[in-house]
Amino acid sequence: MADTDDTTEPGDMDGMDDSPVMYVQPSVSGAAKILVVGPMGVGKTTLIGTVSEITPLSTEATMSRAGARLDTVVSPSKTTTTVALDFGRITLGGELVLYLFGTPGQQRFLPAWKDLARGALGALALVDTRDLEASFDAIGHLEDLDVPFSVAVNSFPDSALHNEEDLRSALDLLPHTPLVICDAREHKSSVQALISLVSHLIETVAEAP
Amino acid sequence: MTGPGEERTTAAVRPYVITGGRAGSSREALPLETLVMASGSTLPPTLQPEYRRIAHFCRGLLSVAEVAAHLGQPPAVVQVLLADLIDWGHVVARPPIRAAERADLDLLRKVLNGLESKL
Repeated sequence: MADTDDTTEPGDMDGMDDSPVMYVQPSVSGAAKILVVGPMGVGKTTLIGTVSEITPLSTEATMSRAGARLDTVVSPSKTTTTVALDFGRITLGGELVLYLFGTPGQQRFLPAWKDLARGALGALALVDTRDLEASFDAIGHLEDLDVPFSVAVNSFPDSALHNEEDLRSALDLLPHTPLVICDAREHKSSVQALISLVSHLIETVAEAP
Repeated sequence: MTGPGEERTTAAVRPYVITGGRAGSSREALPLETLVMASGSTLPPTLQPEYRRIAHFCRGLLSVAEVAAHLGQPPAVVQVLLADLIDWGHVVARPPIRAAERADLDLLRKVLNGLESKL
């Protein structure tokens, strides 16, 4: 965080996020997480904000030391570096909360994924058809980390129309990987993108030997 | 790191001073989605203000990520402080549903049903 000047008085609220604190319902017994991945500007934070019951919050993920060393953007003297992470929350059925972590997809941020991906149910990979290539790193990294995912094309007003087969082949998706079109600004559309992912996760588990 | 009972005289310190440089230590970091809440135990008067602030903030159930975001502290620091507070019994955690249970159809169906009810 850039803001390091908050004092250490217990009641001091300086440096805090301005959003009001909405505590999780006491009936909730556990939390699960889903990653929302993709390049900057693809609509991750928009989608998270559309479905989240809290105003999306921002924190940071720390890259591992090994990852930071490999990261050419980081000066060699630094052993860790951080990446901004937006997240939101949905309470499901009064007993479970689902956290959505928006994870930047650029190659240089990938080391930060390792810890985040651990324990994630799966990931929703957002794609902008105006710049498909920008999503390649994120999708490749999900495959490398063995995180099950589905792809959601965030349709922008000036997005070119592509047929599904062309998109699948450009992204080199496996036949069973879901590909849906969504509008990250629309609640229903964004929830449906998440449903396509979770349905896919269920099928994957159910079909596993 | 300031010893027990010693008050620092500076208004701010670099985050890793608070944790005694323990971020990234051998203890596995608390996952960001772990839900935590203060246990209601009496905090010892010598407890450092950073711990006190977190324990006070956790009067309701929140994830580690939310505690860090609201307090404007790096999660790597909050993870260490919360882990200490859990060890000392001042905070209780509801462990996240994790990778070992990724293949838990029951959980996935709950998530699916929950999402479908949001449509």
